[in-house]
Amino acid sequence: MGSVTENVTPAVEKKKSASSNTLTRVLKYSGVRLFSLFITVVIGVYLTILIANMGGYVDQMMKAEIQERITMQIAMNPAFKTMDPATKNKLTQEKIASEIERLNLDQPMVIRSFHFLKNALTLNLGRALHMTSVAGSRSVRQIITEKLPYTLLLMASSQLILFFSTVFLALALSRKYGSFWDKVIITLSPTSSVPAWFYGIFLILIFAAVLKILPFGGVIDAPVPKDFLGRTLSVLKHLILPASSLIISTFFISIYNWRTFFLIYSSEDYVELAKAKGLPSRDVERRYILRPTLPTIITSFALLLIGIWTGAIITETVFQWPGLGRETYKAIGLYDTPVIVGITIIYAYLLAITVFLLDFVYALVDPRVKIGGGSSK
Amino acid sequence: MKKFINTLREIWKYPSAVFGMIIVLALLVAAVVVVVKIPYSEAIDTWRGGEEVYGKNPRNVPPTWYNWFRKDKLVESLDMNEGDEGVTIEEIVTEGGTPIKTTTFEFDFQYDTFPQDLVFYFTSTFDTKQPFVSVKIFTPDEREIKVGSFAIGATHTYPLKQDEKLRKKLGGVVPNIGIFIQENDETQTPVKGIYRLVVESITFEEGSTVQSEFVLTGQVFGWAGTDHLRRDLSLPLLWGIPVAMAFGLLAAIGTSVLTMAIAAIGTWYGGIVDGIIQRITEINLVLPFLSILIMIGTFYSRSIWVILGATIALSIFTGGIKSYRSMFIQVKESTYIEAARAYGAKNGRIIFRYLIPRVIPLLLPGLVSAVPSFVFLEASLALLGIGDPVLPTWGKMINDAYANAAIYRGWYYWILEPAVLLMITGLGFASLGFALDRIFNPRLRGM
Repeated sequence: MGSVTENVTPAVEKKKSASSNTLTRVLKYSGVRLFSLFITVVIGVYLTILIANMGGYVDQMMKAEIQERITMQIAMNPAFKTMDPATKNKLTQEKIASEIERLNLDQPMVIRSFHFLKNALTLNLGRALHMTSVAGSRSVRQIITEKLPYTLLLMASSQLILFFSTVFLALALSRKYGSFWDKVIITLSPTSSVPAWFYGIFLILIFAAVLKILPFGGVIDAPVPKDFLGRTLSVLKHLILPASSLIISTFFISIYNWRTFFLIYSSEDYVELAKAKGLPSRDVERRYILRPTLPTIITSFALLLIGIWTGAIITETVFQWPGLGRETYKAIGLYDTPVIVGITIIYAYLLAITVFLLDFVYALVDPRVKIGGGSSK
Repeated sequence: MKKFINTLREIWKYPSAVFGMIIVLALLVAAVVVVVKIPYSEAIDTWRGGEEVYGKNPRNVPPTWYNWFRKDKLVESLDMNEGDEGVTIEEIVTEGGTPIKTTTFEFDFQYDTFPQDLVFYFTSTFDTKQPFVSVKIFTPDEREIKVGSFAIGATHTYPLKQDEKLRKKLGGVVPNIGIFIQENDETQTPVKGIYRLVVESITFEEGSTVQSEFVLTGQVFGWAGTDHLRRDLSLPLLWGIPVAMAFGLLAAIGTSVLTMAIAAIGTWYGGIVDGIIQRITEINLVLPFLSILIMIGTFYSRSIWVILGATIALSIFTGGIKSYRSMFIQVKESTYIEAARAYGAKNGRIIFRYLIPRVIPLLLPGLVSAVPSFVFLEASLALLGIGDPVLPTWGKMINDAYANAAIYRGWYYWILEPAVLLMITGLGFASLGFALDRIFNPRLRGM
């Protein structure tokens, strides 16, 4: 996610309005904004539904599959062996028709796609076509909630470490730019063009294959340790490699971006003035550098939080980590539309809510920003 | 032109940029050379070929240069045909009038390991009476091993490893090892020296001939090694270069040029057009990028060009459009635009002749830095098993290696070779892009 967002410019010389005006303005703005975000989510999810159904092709596949399955069932069933072919054929056709009706496949794709959309938007995630949760349930909600903790564990631990370490290191580096460590970071930042799974392969190779000190993948030892401490340690041991590959892959570029960002702000005149006044550098940092950069830091943190939700498809696959990313990949491989749509809709909602709330957060932390004031863009 | 030279001079100040530029140029040249030397159809035919193309290679062996770092040398592969060096042919006719052709294959064996297999390939011509062949091996320690005698057809393949009789003769040791060690040798070290393989072929007809070939499949092969199907890995390594370059560059150029053009149009017309572009950007943010690419790969087509198109389409309306927008908003207010408007220039002319050229220098760093992400995207998709089904690429190599558990079995070269190439490509473009960014972006100068 981009770390530098657009600065919401303050209203340029607007007449001061009464406080009641402020309330209506905020309400009106929120209404319009919520509506437009909702439309965005609707269109985005509808497009995903269309793609995930291949514009109706998945239906044909399912119909063919039902036909084959039921024909086989009746042909193999010894109870129907003595039945004459005509009745048998009729029975087969009837069964196929009822199965197609049960799955609503007799309706055209356009109508069904709107059904899907309505269900998705009301978070009625429904049942998976082929996938089951480990507990054996077909419910999409079950499948997602079962995988969510693993994704949260992996992504939250890596992303939070990444975020806080890079911001603080960058702040420290921006204080003395041009130093040895600063140059090291600049030189190393192109390494972030390499994705996490790629570092994952190298880490597996070094630590699992050659040194044999960490596991190749998975989430816990087999057999599972009996006591709680043992289980925790085992999970942590499995977490090290995937988490570090996620961290390494964005560590340097992240520090570089933050450092450059802080540098741009610390070359402002008011920072020079504060320094000239003789304020201690801690105060300068806190009041004159961190304060105006707060909206950007918050935005990037918020986007990071919702990014945690999607997981890392390839890294999870490489490490056999049973999270949502790997589940998405499996769902696509099995043409399991409800699961794909379910994961997408939750992400879309989270994103929309975050974007909406961020506007208010900006107004809270930055007095120059006025909600719904002036040119909204 | 002068500007270009100035830029070059500027680049020269950044060692990382020079490093990046050398890599990028080398890769581009290599890509062109590979495509010219190994044409597309030939590459695919070779890569998709079966036993007849790769049958004589060893299976799953590392490249030859492994030996440079080893004390105990691994056996190098050998393929000897009649007429090659080390092959002598002697033809005599017995008193009874039967012609006997003796082909001797001689090779120097100075290794500490055993070959994977020793195979004879015979081809013969005859009408009704099959020629008869007998094979003997003379080892450096002056043992004489009678390998076998048999009649051969038009073509005959004789892998020594699978000969049970020979195995019994060697005291129950697998022939590819038994031939090279002394009987009852506990140390299992091969005897070094000159080995002679003598093939005597007897023909029973006028004009009937026998050709023999000897192949020793070793423990190392070529400069890249082989995979589970005995394929020479140098082909995907080489062909990976043009594929990666084409995919990376086309995607990067397509994405950045289209993004810029759309941002320019949006800012110039403003109002509804701009609004629509903004909304599309927001919708695109909701769409799961990688999932959609995987879906397209699984459901529709795995062709690299379809994926390329989808990648570009999904990457146009992203954060980039916002940063271009803010640049264009500034440029739009410039006086020279006003002048253009005053003399009555049409919208299209202003956008493409005045607005866009102004921002093009800023396009370059972003474009170059975007290349690695697309190169790696291709590899990522291939790793997930939705790479192009026919093309040999780096990503597919990693995928093959992964599918065959190369890491667990210690075939590290299989993963490391494409991985290192990918890494070099990524780092090259990224370093160049980084330096260009610092050169063209005045705010970053000196930081």
